[in-house]
Amino acid sequence: MPQKTAGTLSYQQRTTSRRPAGTLYRGREGMWSWVLHRITGVAIFFFLLVHILDTALVRVSPEAYNAVISTYQTPLMGLGEVALVAAIVFHAFNGLRIILIDFWTPKYHRAMFYVVIALWVITMLAFAPRHLINVFSH
Amino acid sequence: MTTDIQAPRSPYTRAPRKGGINWEKWGWIYMRVSGLILVVLIFGHLFVNLMVGEGVNALNFAFVAGKLSSPFWQVWDVVMLWLALIHGGNGMRTLVNDYATNARTRRILTGAILAAVVVLTVLGTLVVYTFDPCPAGQPADLLPLFCQAS
Repeated sequence: MPQKTAGTLSYQQRTTSRRPAGTLYRGREGMWSWVLHRITGVAIFFFLLVHILDTALVRVSPEAYNAVISTYQTPLMGLGEVALVAAIVFHAFNGLRIILIDFWTPKYHRAMFYVVIALWVITMLAFAPRHLINVFSH
Repeated sequence: MTTDIQAPRSPYTRAPRKGGINWEKWGWIYMRVSGLILVVLIFGHLFVNLMVGEGVNALNFAFVAGKLSSPFWQVWDVVMLWLALIHGGNGMRTLVNDYATNARTRRILTGAILAAVVVLTVLGTLVVYTFDPCPAGQPADLLPLFCQAS
């Protein structure tokens, strides 16, 4: 291994362990994608629990289902649906990034994080205006 | 029983497995396989329910009855239900294992997650397969149009 002066040693060269730990998940893009994946995952899980219960009302009566679903059509919940779709779309694209890291190569995991962000922005630009027009023109 | 004390700074090694099914490995594989399928199922679900036509404003009993009277959407929804709940439940289990440091707390929380997943999977599956799109004695204007045919 070529010798370097102390001032230019990289983080991995300064560490004492032979195999630097946490190269994927410690710090920067790797860590923030991990944090966002957890937060969005928990949010989606709790929405899923509620969403199964509200859909189960179709088995009670048409009135019961329509009463609950009409609360999803208010402006406040409309904004909540944008947040929900934002969480789902990030979790989906970052999940595909994790699969690529695991089965292809971790080499481009930082670049792939910015691809995830770009795809997320494009998807949200396609969804949010259309959805908000539906919600606020009701 | 003797414990091997390794030389300082020797690379990380795993304890050898004692055999049996490696559940954590299959859980890890499940997250990736189900995640891949869920991307398709949930994006399709969101597109049909929120993007097509009037989006969220079109949702009501008649809309759901129309969808759930087709075997295609029955299978779509039930597969999505099972894959998503188990995927979410296993993800929540990971968080509990990471953050709950007390063994008892961990058991209670994992048990609660398991109970929620089992109850909602059974409930959701029953709703889809016992659903009547034209329930008797209900106002006709709340029902899908095809209920008037007979």
